[in-house]
Amino acid sequence: MTHAPTFDFPYPDARGRFGAYGGRYVPETLIPALDELAAAHDDAIRDPAFAAHLAEVLRDAVGRPSLLSEATRTSERLGLRVWLKREDLNHTGAHKINNTVGQVLLARRMGKTRIIAETGAGQHGVATATAAAMFGLPCVVYMGEEDVRRQALNVVRMRLLGAEVVPVTSGTRTLKDATNEAIRDWVTNVRDTFYVIGSVVGPHPYPRIVRDFQAVVGEETMAQLTERTGRDVPDAVVACVGGGSNAIGIFAPFAYLPAERRPRLIGVEAAGHGVGTGAHAASITAGKRGVLHGAMMYLMSDDDGQISPAHSVSAGLDYPGVGPEHSYYADAGLAEYVGVDDGAALAAFQRFAREEGILPALETSHALAYLDELATQLPAGADVVVNLSGRGDKDVNEAMRVLNLGADVQPGGEAPS
Amino acid sequence: MSGRIEAAFAAAKAEDRAAFVPYLTAGYPDRAGFLEAVRTLTPYADLIEVGLPYSDPLGDGPTIQRSSEAALAGGVRTADVLDMIRDLRAETDVPLLVMTYYNPIFCYAGGGEAGFVRDVAAAGADGLILPDLPPEEAGSLIEAARAADLATTFLLAPTSTDARIAAVTDACRGFVYAVSVTGVTGAREALPADVPALVRRIQAASDLPVAVGFGVSGAATARPVAAAADGVVVGSALVRTLGEGGDLAALAAEIAGACRRTPVAG
Ligand SMILES: Cc1ncc(COP(=O)(O)O)c(C=O)c1O
Repeated sequence: MTHAPTFDFPYPDARGRFGAYGGRYVPETLIPALDELAAAHDDAIRDPAFAAHLAEVLRDAVGRPSLLSEATRTSERLGLRVWLKREDLNHTGAHKINNTVGQVLLARRMGKTRIIAETGAGQHGVATATAAAMFGLPCVVYMGEEDVRRQALNVVRMRLLGAEVVPVTSGTRTLKDATNEAIRDWVTNVRDTFYVIGSVVGPHPYPRIVRDFQAVVGEETMAQLTERTGRDVPDAVVACVGGGSNAIGIFAPFAYLPAERRPRLIGVEAAGHGVGTGAHAASITAGKRGVLHGAMMYLMSDDDGQISPAHSVSAGLDYPGVGPEHSYYADAGLAEYVGVDDGAALAAFQRFAREEGILPALETSHALAYLDELATQLPAGADVVVNLSGRGDKDVNEAMRVLNLGADVQPGGEAPS
Repeated sequence: MSGRIEAAFAAAKAEDRAAFVPYLTAGYPDRAGFLEAVRTLTPYADLIEVGLPYSDPLGDGPTIQRSSEAALAGGVRTADVLDMIRDLRAETDVPLLVMTYYNPIFCYAGGGEAGFVRDVAAAGADGLILPDLPPEEAGSLIEAARAADLATTFLLAPTSTDARIAAVTDACRGFVYAVSVTGVTGAREALPADVPALVRRIQAASDLPVAVGFGVSGAATARPVAAAADGVVVGSALVRTLGEGGDLAALAAEIAGACRRTPVAG
């Protein structure tokens, strides 16, 4: 089954708004580039040749469609039917590549000769470096110094793929600051550079572009569910939310269904040390409206509008804002947003590995952790789809450190000569 | 409007000068140091830009990023910046322009956009410079600013189309800010050759004075800008000099001198 993308959603409007959210709050230098990008994207998605080429790359290079598999032991324990949308099985190990191949194809179509990206966990950086390598474009990835430390493995992967990784030392030295630095690069090199944003954030048209390229996840899910259960809509869909791209990917095809057909859509934000502590990344659960990285959204800021540092054990969720489309879903009641803290995510990370034989990303573990609570709210046997957004190999070092699992197996000894 | 902005540009023009518009980050290196630095610059300055420090200044290069981080780390709040503006207004008639990213305006605890505009005007500022707010997103802010007699300066860039130039100048009051380079703030050795062409395109669309900023670091970079534009904005070079404990007055004198189109004898 190869899925033909539809790219057909009611939002954003012509001004790039999802209700009150989105828009463009960026330096003037970028406005013409954003206009050009919006026009190129509109043109591309109406071009059957583009859609066909994208579908081919998604099949041959990404490995789509990704499986929808049942988490049988988890299902049994919780009295639900838990389905896993296996984005972890994509090439490079996460959903991020769905978007990067789409954007790099757009970059080529626009004649851009240089690719830049920001990254948090490094998954988007790896996925961008991969797409850039596939199409022979030079690639620079900005990454906060703190994340370079937490996600060293992905730094090396990006370098092996030919990308230059630039550690960012400003601000909180995480994803927020890496994004600032990528925007600064784009402002400087806008004429020949394509900025591949990694989540459904940024100025219009980025939240739309990333949503359009990630929606394949939800569209495949509908078709696969129909095959497996005879229904195209489950009772609930659960996904972790950092900027929100994996969640939008699986939510969007369901979110605009008529209310009586719409499943519960549950976005799980990182509650870090707990939303009461201030050290978290739960922008919808505990934030307020504001502007970050060029868009109106829910975000975490103080009374003066200074952006608050986020905290999560998972670098990919460690972001003090959330995409405008999620902000809109939250206000419109199309989706619910909840928080899961570091401890619960780490516990789910370990349990899921033992129960299902799958090492999930720490980001994804937040979504998995919420299943226990959800099971108390749903009737027995309810169908629940979890977006298994990525695999946890990148988190092994962090797990070793935080869970103290590797003290006796520290790599050491002589390097082979 | 207070009329100070218009008067300042007119006075410079009458002397065949470009107006010199220094920028400093409010509260950097600290509150007293900032006020002292403004006093040092005032004799040379036609207008003064007061930067409200912001956590995520994505239009700024390392110098202003660091000054903003330092000011915030020193505890500077929006209310303190308003206090500093009040202090300066009590001492000088030089036009004061508040340069700020949008989130501190939108989230202002004293009543969001409308409250911010009201309080900034009441503190004695003459205008706002808005580096990350295109006029399309500024409808309600513009309305509030007009009501409060506060000028609004939006930015134009080398990439701006003629249609953008028309729309952006239309939303400006006081003066128009032309960004010299595709890039972020920061002192540069040389500026692109197309700066005068950008200024002429803007002047063809609007009667407002046009000030050019980003990258001006001394007399050599100021001189060609002053020949083409109505004003020369200098930020990073001054902030860096201030941070290094250098001779701020000497740099200001050098740039103010380079703003004169007909060199004075002696
Ligand atoms: C596996 C995985 N899931 C989720 C995320 C969070 O991003 P988003 O909310 O855009 O899906 C990341 C980000 O790096 C990730 O690597």
